Amino acid sequence: MFYRENGQFKSSYREDQQLLGIRQDRWFIFALIAFAFLAVPYLASDYMFRAILIPFLIVSLAAIGLNLLVGYCGQISLGHAAFMSVGAYAAYNLVVHFPQLNFIVVLVLAGFISALIGTVFGLPSLQIKGLYLGVATLAAQFFIDWVFARVKWFTNYSPSGSVSTAQIDMLGWTVNTPVEKYLMVLAIVIVFALMAKNLVRGHIGRSWMAMRDMDVAAEVIGIRPVHAKLSAFAVSAFYAGVAGALWGFVHLGSWEPAAFSINFSLNLLFMIIIGGMGSILGSFIGAAFIVLLPITLNQVLPVMGRWVGMNFSTAFASHLEFMIFGALIIFFLVVEPLGLARLWSIGKEKLRLWPFPH
Amino acid sequence: MKTRTSILALAAVAATLGGALAPTTAAFAQAKEQFFPVLVYRTGVYAPNGVPFANGYVDYLKLVNARDGGINGIKITYEECETGYATDRGVECYERLKGKGPTGATLFHPLSTGITFALTDKSFVDKIPIVTAGYGRSDSVDGQVFKWNFPLGGTYWGAADMLIQHIGKKEGGLDKLKGKKIALVYNDSPYGKEPIALLQERVKMHGFELQLLPVTHPGIEQKATWLQVRQNRPDYVFLWGWGVMNSTSIKEAVAVGYPREKMYGVWWSGAEPDVRPAGDGAKGYNSLVFMAPAGKGRVHQDILKHLHDKGLGTGSKDEIGEVLYNRGLTAAMVSVEAVKRAQTKHGKKPLKGEEVQWGLENLAIDQKLIASLGFTGFADPLSTSCVDHEGGSVARVQHWDGSKWIVGADRYVADQQIIKPMIKASAGKYAQEKKLAPRDCAKELTAGK
Repeated sequence: MFYRENGQFKSSYREDQQLLGIRQDRWFIFALIAFAFLAVPYLASDYMFRAILIPFLIVSLAAIGLNLLVGYCGQISLGHAAFMSVGAYAAYNLVVHFPQLNFIVVLVLAGFISALIGTVFGLPSLQIKGLYLGVATLAAQFFIDWVFARVKWFTNYSPSGSVSTAQIDMLGWTVNTPVEKYLMVLAIVIVFALMAKNLVRGHIGRSWMAMRDMDVAAEVIGIRPVHAKLSAFAVSAFYAGVAGALWGFVHLGSWEPAAFSINFSLNLLFMIIIGGMGSILGSFIGAAFIVLLPITLNQVLPVMGRWVGMNFSTAFASHLEFMIFGALIIFFLVVEPLGLARLWSIGKEKLRLWPFPH
Repeated sequence: MKTRTSILALAAVAATLGGALAPTTAAFAQAKEQFFPVLVYRTGVYAPNGVPFANGYVDYLKLVNARDGGINGIKITYEECETGYATDRGVECYERLKGKGPTGATLFHPLSTGITFALTDKSFVDKIPIVTAGYGRSDSVDGQVFKWNFPLGGTYWGAADMLIQHIGKKEGGLDKLKGKKIALVYNDSPYGKEPIALLQERVKMHGFELQLLPVTHPGIEQKATWLQVRQNRPDYVFLWGWGVMNSTSIKEAVAVGYPREKMYGVWWSGAEPDVRPAGDGAKGYNSLVFMAPAGKGRVHQDILKHLHDKGLGTGSKDEIGEVLYNRGLTAAMVSVEAVKRAQTKHGKKPLKGEEVQWGLENLAIDQKLIASLGFTGFADPLSTSCVDHEGGSVARVQHWDGSKWIVGADRYVADQQIIKPMIKASAGKYAQEKKLAPRDCAKELTAGK
């Protein structure tokens, strides 16, 4: 009834090509962004910002990056946390050696350095596919971990191998309260998400998707695999690098190579599988699922235990958290293999017919 | 089909949005309560060592309530949060607990060097002390830069120094170390890397050879490391492990035939869960021990009487008196004493972390106080100041005789002439990186603050 596109005529190419074609969608997204910028800063607590919202946004950005590569171009990567760490350490070194640089410039440069490394480790994708490529990117994960743990120059000769960051200064604006950090991250994530959304519907994104669906056919119609695959690796690693720099500077403040371990890589992969491969929205939903659900369970379970008159010990609650989390992953994968984003689009289709289905 | 999809959609929305709605900061009435956050790891690979420490810590908090009725009448409340030794979960726990209770968190024991590094940055904003008894950043002894960090009773630089002193003594003088080979088998994390800087300093002084053998987290796979030990035959092996890594190292030493008598662990590599899995093979293994060795004293009798006999104990009765349990007790005791000390300045009311910081910085725990608390033999005197956040560090060397730890008589004190300049340099670098202005301790003292 409310969600109908009847009567929305597109009378110019410009209108036909806009990012959000349906008026209700557009309003919804604008309202959401406005809410996130204007209302959330007044509603959320410090805990919400620092422990929930900021990590969620940063991880979403990394998941978008991985989704561009895996979901859109069909190349598996098990080393995305390593590309994040490249971004984080690149940003750290840029700040240490060029303290006068603006943080946004640092972020972008860190992204480019990460993109470069990503392209190098993407080279095997020209020869190998599928699981074998997964193993090759796994090598990237271990190699990069090793480099940051062993080569002292990257950590500025810190005795413990752990680095810590200075305050973030941007054009005289010192970003240090949780709200400021949140707003900065939010702005960056929105810009990058819109860029990704735009990218995947242009000729680059289409060449990725062609490569994903059938590489031989794509080559026949004139798409060069070298360009398509390597550009996907580069863009994806760029996103990961920016996310990694934000994770280090904004969320952790100080970190060690273990912060970007193989577990993080696998988690990113789970996010896009559960959220929905080949969907920007899916990256956000997946990140929410993997980041927020364990924390929620951890807090809600003891409370629920008290309702039924049981006092859960910390260990029991956290074992239960693992079990329920695992069970939910399997449940969602079984009932909706295409990811949670697919549920959203099913919901949208149903809404179009509501309340008078056929 | 339709209902199933809608249920699914509902579940998905609930699951994702649930996270946003669940943690609400409830308003607390101003009760006479002092809130202690407890970061624990009762699950994961380090759980065998995390559990007894957590039980000791919580048991002491319970004891203070049950026996003394709280800290001078202020009841202790506490809440555990499981970190699993992961830094990101540790940060989440910190954010979750720091505002609870009428006055917020008293102080944090992160119980992980990684979490300590992450929380150190936040302490400057939140003004909550981070107590790292026997771990954490060695340079945080410098209270002028690290106002909120308290590595009470020992740092890894101190520990490495004491071990060198001990083997120097065994060899008949530190000059005899020349040409000797010492291997450091360490957990490849900030924790394991901390002692390297000091050992390298000592290498310059005595001319021994230092071999660095990193072991990746969690340390279950060490075959390659010990093959190197077998090849190089170092004169001594220092072990800087935690949890399952320790027992694995000892087992591997047995496998390659390296004498356990020549292995020396840091104080986190010298508890019962570290040696027991290796069985008889662990006999002769040495480690440092600081603050509390294994055994029972008056405080343990109190815990049995007031808690376990009434069914209020936290863990099993068997672990009472074990090394890590006792260390948990001591950590809690020091925290409670810091609050008591702070009460002398700020009054007998629930205190904020900022006020407790003064208590930690002016700790005066002497033998008399230790005896009155029933900790004789389980704690060493601590006296902190604005400049020195460590408060003195004494350790002994113990060895495992196959069934229990035998503590040696010699007491070691770290050589401050070596460590002081290192602390100053490292803390100075931190302050510079962070653009922090160090405090002026002399000025604060005269201002009566």
